Amino acid sequence: MPDRPPRGKLQIFLGYAAGVGKTYQMLEEAQKAKREGVDVVIGYFEPHGRKDTIAKTEGIEMVPRRAIDYRGSIFEEMDTDAILRRRPQLCVVDEFPHTNVPGSERLKRWQDVQILLDAGINVLTTMNIQHLESLNDQVWSITGIRVRETIPDWVLQQADQVVMVDLTPRALLNRLARGVVYSQEKAQKALENFFQESTLVVLRELALRQTAHEVEIRQVDYDAPGFEPEPGYHDEAEQSPANAERILILVTADPTTAMLIRRGKRVADYLHADCFAVAVSREIDLHDMAPRDREMVERHLNFARNLHIETRILQGEDVAKMLVEFAHLNGVTHLFLARPHPSQWPALSRRSLVQQVVHLARDMQVTIVADPSNRQQPQPV
Amino acid sequence: MPSAIRRRSPEELLQQVQAEEAYERRGRLKVFLGYASGVGKSFRMLDEGRRRRERGQDVVVGAIQPKTTPEIEALLSKLEVIPLRQVDGVYVMDAPAILKRRPGVCLVDGLAYDNPPGSKHASRWEDVNDLLDAGISVVTSVNIQYIDDLRERVQRITGKHVTQTVPRSFLNSADEIVVVDAPPETAIAGDTQAGPRVAGPEQKLSELREIALLLAADVVDRQLEGYLQRNGIPQTFGAQERILVAITPRANAAPMIASGKRNADRFHGDLIVVYVRQAEISADDQQALEQNLAIARAAQAKIEILDGQDPIETLLKYAHEHRITQIFVGHSTREQWWERFTGTPLDRLIRGANDIDVRVFPH
Repeated sequence: MPDRPPRGKLQIFLGYAAGVGKTYQMLEEAQKAKREGVDVVIGYFEPHGRKDTIAKTEGIEMVPRRAIDYRGSIFEEMDTDAILRRRPQLCVVDEFPHTNVPGSERLKRWQDVQILLDAGINVLTTMNIQHLESLNDQVWSITGIRVRETIPDWVLQQADQVVMVDLTPRALLNRLARGVVYSQEKAQKALENFFQESTLVVLRELALRQTAHEVEIRQVDYDAPGFEPEPGYHDEAEQSPANAERILILVTADPTTAMLIRRGKRVADYLHADCFAVAVSREIDLHDMAPRDREMVERHLNFARNLHIETRILQGEDVAKMLVEFAHLNGVTHLFLARPHPSQWPALSRRSLVQQVVHLARDMQVTIVADPSNRQQPQPV
Repeated sequence: MPSAIRRRSPEELLQQVQAEEAYERRGRLKVFLGYASGVGKSFRMLDEGRRRRERGQDVVVGAIQPKTTPEIEALLSKLEVIPLRQVDGVYVMDAPAILKRRPGVCLVDGLAYDNPPGSKHASRWEDVNDLLDAGISVVTSVNIQYIDDLRERVQRITGKHVTQTVPRSFLNSADEIVVVDAPPETAIAGDTQAGPRVAGPEQKLSELREIALLLAADVVDRQLEGYLQRNGIPQTFGAQERILVAITPRANAAPMIASGKRNADRFHGDLIVVYVRQAEISADDQQALEQNLAIARAAQAKIEILDGQDPIETLLKYAHEHRITQIFVGHSTREQWWERFTGTPLDRLIRGANDIDVRVFPH
């Protein structure tokens, strides 16, 4: 057996909307690499009828797409096997968060990209900020759109470079109005909902901040000789493992759990904290739960694992007690709970789960996570 | 009480109308912001000029860096260039010639350049200001190392001292700001410029890159706030984390503020410490409060002291008006100041916060 090649490098061109120029800039980078003698192919390219962008593919070999028959229609997907056989040094893959048509080998294009990277092929790819898993709820509250095609944050974290493709919202709106981005009819529809200036401004700020964060976390890996941290800077919680933060998320059947998991993981990532998720049930196999609830809990635990969160099922009767006991035993510093449903607000005489947990938690912080779906209708205090 | 939307006086309205008219007459300013020379600011700026010209706008080049690449030469050949003037061997943008030529759009590379002594203005950005006043729109490029309030920070990273500066306020006045981002290798490979530049390990470039991205995010956030206010949109969402730590005299404020500071730093967000004034507190409590406020000041938090009948309602109103994303609150078994009110206060806070995270510190 030959040695495994070193893993390929991944560079992501990050934007905040269709039409900011991600694909264009990616192809420019590919052309530059080609001029420098790198063996480049295009694995997947979505022309969207944009002339300037199509012109940028000139002279770069395209690996033909694979046709897949799904319910009598033909869909075209990236032909990962063909790229592996062709074995280029660098492969251009547009639209990283794309979901493959059923019948494809892998569910998501980002999983195809992992295969290319594993084979030692470098990859350039594109995505918009709204496809980042941990921002899903924020994006929903900003745009009113629930983005289904998401990229887990760890995939972004593993990229070697994240580059911001910036364009001002005004310039983007001009492009849209001139029909550069979409056909006139589609552009009109886009202008009415997603492409509102205030929406674009917030998405752009999210993308700028995320890119800054990606740049920052990569600095930790550098071992540049002679690098001195700023004088006076010290982060006690990080220096001593005993002080390291640990976040624990309570998983239930409630649909807001997905939101809770995303938020908890995002905070954990920013604080460089460990992150766990637990469900509490009388039976370790969850069989005391109604089938629907059990399915939801399992789905949420699975979702957490997909985001690289360690999960556990705790066996017990009293949710608050089990949760806090587990937290104390495992050095958890910070609990994440969902906001109770209005129907679950307890009578004055009874304590809510939140209150029970707060009462028991003592030396731990307890966060009750916002529910952006409530945003439009502020509740009476 | 601060309020997002309030009625304006006739004088204020007149001032606003005059300001709007002046703004209408003034040219538009667009800035390409880079973290080092060689990231491609000049190229992006000229490429924008080319596209505007192709769309029928009257574009001229007012200033370009002395050293260029073949790509930049190719762009320049498609544009009208107003040559630099030579004064005592120094090249200067010919602002009088541009004003005479009166184009719709003027491209100005190197916003931070100094003019030689005896010029009308000491710096090029002041000439640009004149062009804007004359109704000429300007597209320009600048490196973060010249922004006055970032200069020292950048200098600590690069070890290079620069004398030229552009005020942050001028940058904030830009209609549009674009960050020209590229991985550090590009910045090294593409560096053609003779002026002060960054050289050294990737780490340094990476730190500069982060500063540029966050600067752009801050300018964008400021623009968003202005936009929301002008349009009377009481929006609570935002891209930036804003952490509010609610303190009382007896609160164990130190860990809450420390955690708030740590979170705000990590998210590059804001930290605000809020105290809702309580009636008739004892001398001991007053002293405890002073101590807590001192901790907040030491953490460089913004401090707000609010008045209101109902502390929870007051907190929530402030939080919603200031796009707060997380409220930190203490929960002591000893001190339950909220129990004067109906219902369970913590539940009330959580219920009212609804689109804001509530972090409880039991103690």
